[in-house]
Amino acid sequence: MTSKIVTSETAGTSGGPMVKAENVHKSFGSAHILKGIDLEVAPKEVFCLIGPSGSGKSTFLRCINHLEKINAGRLSVDGELVGYREHNGKLYELRDREVAARRRDIGMVFQRFNLFPHMTAVENIMEAPIQVKGESKAAARERATKLLDRVGLADKAGNYPSQLSGGQQQRVAIARALAMEPKLMLFDEPTSALDPELVGDVLDVMKDLAADGMTMIVVTHEMGFAREVGDSLVFMDDGVVVESGHPREVLGNPQHERTKSFLSKVL
Amino acid sequence: MSVDVDKSAQPPADAPPPHPEPIKAIPVRHYGRWVAAVVVLALLALLVRAFASGNVNWDAIPQYLFNTDILKGLRNTLLITVLSMVIGVVGGVILAVMRQSKNPVTSSVAWFYVWFFRGTPVYVQLFLWFNLGLVFQYIDIMPIYKDEWSDFMTPFLCALLGLGLNEAAYMAEICRAGLNAVDEGQTEAAHALGMSHGKTLRRIVVPQAMRVIVPPTGNEVINMLKTSSLVIAVQYYDLLQAAQNVGRDSGVVVEMLILAAVWYLIATTVLSIGQYYLERYYARGSSRQLPLTPLQRAKARLAGGFNRSAGGAG
Ligand SMILES: Nc1ncnc2c1ncn2[C@@H]1O[C@H](COP(=O)(O)OP(=O)(O)OP(=O)(O)O)[C@@H](O)[C@H]1O
Ligand SMILES: [Mg+2]
Repeated sequence: MTSKIVTSETAGTSGGPMVKAENVHKSFGSAHILKGIDLEVAPKEVFCLIGPSGSGKSTFLRCINHLEKINAGRLSVDGELVGYREHNGKLYELRDREVAARRRDIGMVFQRFNLFPHMTAVENIMEAPIQVKGESKAAARERATKLLDRVGLADKAGNYPSQLSGGQQQRVAIARALAMEPKLMLFDEPTSALDPELVGDVLDVMKDLAADGMTMIVVTHEMGFAREVGDSLVFMDDGVVVESGHPREVLGNPQHERTKSFLSKVL
Repeated sequence: MSVDVDKSAQPPADAPPPHPEPIKAIPVRHYGRWVAAVVVLALLALLVRAFASGNVNWDAIPQYLFNTDILKGLRNTLLITVLSMVIGVVGGVILAVMRQSKNPVTSSVAWFYVWFFRGTPVYVQLFLWFNLGLVFQYIDIMPIYKDEWSDFMTPFLCALLGLGLNEAAYMAEICRAGLNAVDEGQTEAAHALGMSHGKTLRRIVVPQAMRVIVPPTGNEVINMLKTSSLVIAVQYYDLLQAAQNVGRDSGVVVEMLILAAVWYLIATTVLSIGQYYLERYYARGSSRQLPLTPLQRAKARLAGGFNRSAGGAG
């Protein structure tokens, strides 16, 4: 096993939950997508989110790093409100710069990878540490090389994304997020754009990460991964949390009709 | 398109198939092509003969090719082309970003600008700049500068503003198309990494937009080089003006026009070559393998490219 990258600081500083959602609502125009989400994610927890298409899983994930703005409720990461500062009982919107600063601590991995196509694998990973943290090129390259090694792609450093397979691209994307030393990682269906034989490599990297104590929220259809690695699991449908608990309980013995019918379709 | 196909399937070692005989067949004869070639060549010969027997003093062309006045005109043409394009590109980028702004005032000002400058002929715009002196007597930028309008608005400045501001409108549309062509996931990924709006634009979006922006911009440069001959309207001393002056003074009017055409051709050819390499640079990462440059292709062919398979799979 290579060196751990999850240090004690990256496991959260507030002492409270890493993510806390209280009655979170989100609409796009007149479409009410999130209808009161309540949940807590503890530090070092692997938190799985499942649910049918259109239930609002991606939307919720995007709210956590403020790619979407919530309309009502409270959402906080490591004790700090997302997108707002609270002062004397009043909320103040954060400036773009402050929002960006908060996002540094939250890594995100997308379904469609979203690697920067004009940069090589190693440059993709170096970009944010250099541009955002002001790290030196040499230091960034050293870390990037280590991370590539960690995700099993040491020999692909000079490849452009178009010269990598989907699974390799997704592992580079994970390494890119890890380069910012986040305390929380968000995964939005990281394997659902992959050919079946490539899924395993990506899941292995994620398992590794979980074993190192990274706090992770994973939207996934990989029930095997949820059962094996997940610490808790939430089933969402139509913008609400229908059922939650330990993955083995929810998957093995679902209580709600909606959960049962969903699981019967995907299992 | 030639495609490498020889890196594929090795035959299994236990059953080596016999090397197949190369196919010997009589190729299809394309008689139509021969007829067409003969007709075209005949027409060309007639054209050449017409010009050769015409009253053209061909010797004047090489003689005046490096004439100091002609070279001065050429220098001015290149200068005004480059500077107008600089104004065009910078203005275009600003306008494109303004168009995307959430502020309705900035976005509609940008829209109006493009509407006006694309909707009127550049020749008219040049005349307008030239004749603005009729409505403004002085230029007065309060604390900084005050002068007679005619001293301030030199032919050079008229030409520069006329061509540059007009170009900005076209470049704005090209830049806008380029920015829109970049996948939104790129911006999201950059934001998710904590990059600011400005950094995201500069480091992630613009370099990718360049792939869409560069080819039409190359065309714009070549167009600008030719359009710049319109600055005769503001009495700027460009290549065409120089050729006309020299032609009139030396009695070789048509010859000097041909000479100007030769110089324009040389310049546009050089620009086209530059554009090819620029496009190649910005295409990196977008396809699995960059196409070879003509130079590399020639080298590869010299280095015994005889193992190229004759058939191409698609
Ligand atoms: N920017 C947007 N504007 C309008 N509607 C949106 C927007 N983003 C998402 N939606 C809508 O919100 C709903 C939930 O979308 P979301 O992407 O969160 O679903 P999901 O649970 O992630 O589904 P999937 O499993 O298919 O990814 C969908 O009906 C979608 O059409
Ligand atoms: Mg989704």
